[in-house]
Amino acid sequence: MSARTLPLLFLNLGGEMLYILDQRLRAQSIPGEKARKVMNDIITTMFNKKFMEELFKPQELYSKKALRTVYDRLAHASIMRLNQASMDKLYDLMTMAFKYQVLLCPRPKDILLVTFNHLDAIKDFVRDSPGILNQVDETFRQLIETYSCLSAGEFQLIRQTLLIFFQDMHIRVSIFLKDKVQNSNGHFVLPISGPVPWGTEVPGLIRMFNRSGDEVKRTEFTTDGNYVTPQREGSFDLYGDRVLKLGTNMYSVSRPVETHTSGSSKNLASHAKENITPNPLAKEELNFLARLLGGLEVKKPGGSETGFRLNLFTTDEEEEHAALTRPEELSYKVINIEATQEPGRRAELSRILGELEVAEPRPASSGKGEDLLALMDGL
Amino acid sequence: MYRKEKSIQLKSSSAALYNNLSVLRPPGRQLLCFSAVHGPSVTVLSAAADGLGFSHRQLQAKEGGMAVSTCVLTQASWCVLPSRVLLVLTSQKGIQMYEFDGSIMVYWHALDVTEHPPAQAVFARGIAAAGGRFICVGTSSGLVLVFDIPPKGTNITVSEVLEQHRDAITDIAAELGRAPDGAGDLVTADDAGTLCVWSAGEEFTLLSKIPAFGCACSSVKLWNGVVAAGYGNGQIRLYEAATGLLRAEVNAHARWIYALDLAPQTGKLLSGAEDSFVHVWKLSTNPDTDDVEINHCHAECVTDTQVCGARFCDPEGNSFAVTGYDLSEIFRYARA
Repeated sequence: MSARTLPLLFLNLGGEMLYILDQRLRAQSIPGEKARKVMNDIITTMFNKKFMEELFKPQELYSKKALRTVYDRLAHASIMRLNQASMDKLYDLMTMAFKYQVLLCPRPKDILLVTFNHLDAIKDFVRDSPGILNQVDETFRQLIETYSCLSAGEFQLIRQTLLIFFQDMHIRVSIFLKDKVQNSNGHFVLPISGPVPWGTEVPGLIRMFNRSGDEVKRTEFTTDGNYVTPQREGSFDLYGDRVLKLGTNMYSVSRPVETHTSGSSKNLASHAKENITPNPLAKEELNFLARLLGGLEVKKPGGSETGFRLNLFTTDEEEEHAALTRPEELSYKVINIEATQEPGRRAELSRILGELEVAEPRPASSGKGEDLLALMDGL
Repeated sequence: MYRKEKSIQLKSSSAALYNNLSVLRPPGRQLLCFSAVHGPSVTVLSAAADGLGFSHRQLQAKEGGMAVSTCVLTQASWCVLPSRVLLVLTSQKGIQMYEFDGSIMVYWHALDVTEHPPAQAVFARGIAAAGGRFICVGTSSGLVLVFDIPPKGTNITVSEVLEQHRDAITDIAAELGRAPDGAGDLVTADDAGTLCVWSAGEEFTLLSKIPAFGCACSSVKLWNGVVAAGYGNGQIRLYEAATGLLRAEVNAHARWIYALDLAPQTGKLLSGAEDSFVHVWKLSTNPDTDDVEINHCHAECVTDTQVCGARFCDPEGNSFAVTGYDLSEIFRYARA
């Protein structure tokens, strides 16, 4: 619906990805220098100027699978490699975390504060690299410019668009289950206490007026809710106290990344349905991907750099087991079918990528088109 | 005083959209029909009055021309006219009108997507029958399209376009009770919170305009000349339709209100919001003193549910139904 949704979706999911990678890099005892390089490379790629330009163009949202391809590419923008099972888990964690934040944010406009919390944390990750810091600040300014003029109604439309995107995703995340903010059925707990949103009154008062506008009667009512007036509004400036905690880093060494990936049988039915319907959007989606990925510079480990593999699971055995037991409805395979089984489709993608190469010659000798196809085959 | 009854299962979950539940009691039948939007589709469900036996139907959003992305429905609502009942769906592409059971599409109106700047969302939203033979539908650019509906057949035409709103229409409501003289019989609401009261007829006339106060009005109802409006800041406000005077202000919900409904025979008002609460209120008017009163009757917490639809199931307001974001269920409540 809202054509202003994609930048917020991408930046917040990207922010969650960085939190998780940061925590896993520490947990896997990757040397500081190497870990910093990975974070810097990914953040540089994520906030690439050309990429951000594409992202901020008004456009509709595409499928979860299309978006996943972008994060797959982004996660591999440095010397670190993730295998299929770890990448699946990473994407599950990112999406459920942002779904929680969108659902819980007090006012629709507060999605912007959630985004600022992510960007504030990203800036902290690159605090020693002024060049990258500038890149992030540039996006910060673009966010303020694009979103500060929107009305509450327009923010609500963005929020509703995001909620439709996340609808029917009920992956259970152990950190949420432990914190008792997620139920065992995968739905989130909605509190009925605490501060009401800024600009909202605590429920309970009825006032009646006569035709001259004088208050003539006042009554009260009670509910099970236990709300209080908020202290102050979060800052929507480049720097400031956001007040809202949603979107800050919830992981730490003592609170590691873990998931239970299980879907209900009901999900199975609706996902299966999604897969058998012929998808007229495939071409448009490939266009979108080619455009976005065209802005993503991906480095291959080489020269003196030695790559390494990051595991989102505690052990390799666990990772292997997860790959074998992942429920079918949670797999991201649709694009693979579209891209390889239809010769026409494949030619179309090669053409799109071919055009891209003409427009933007790349110094590396590896064929970019093949690269993207290979990436999609890998899904 | 209301007790939870057995829920009805939906084939797909409800989307977070305003007024995302419509209830119909088809005239002369022992049936209750429900409709809730999932996203690209809507579920239409009819239930026998004894609660046994359901029939489901799934309707898809019509894709107009080049499909750039999945078309999302914004609302589904039944329009009861003296001569016929139509099911109206609004989407990003246009307006679909069906026979009441969803069996046959009788009319399709495409929105002109090209005339809007690319950053602006395009959709239709807000549906109501008015003046005995019209159906009014709002658009994201603030227009209200008035369709002239013949007693039967497909010869539906746009008879008028109302251009008083400058923001996206959120909801439209027709008089449910008896309008006092000169009070108007239709109210339209928008994203900025502006309300317009109209008199429906061969030509629609604007009677009063209630200015915005910086808060979106997501749901609106009109009963015996009183406008009940639900807002993004959780307030319910009551206005006199004829004059636009504010007569009551209720700090009703802790978060954005998504749905209001009114039981015409008793003046009971139902409100549902993102805060997971559903409230039942009672409105009354005193024709001698012109007083408007509102009292709180019942609070119901639908645990962990962002309520997106709430409707009474009978004209007295003795039972109501609720939908919530991401849930494939219609919750039902009835007076104990």
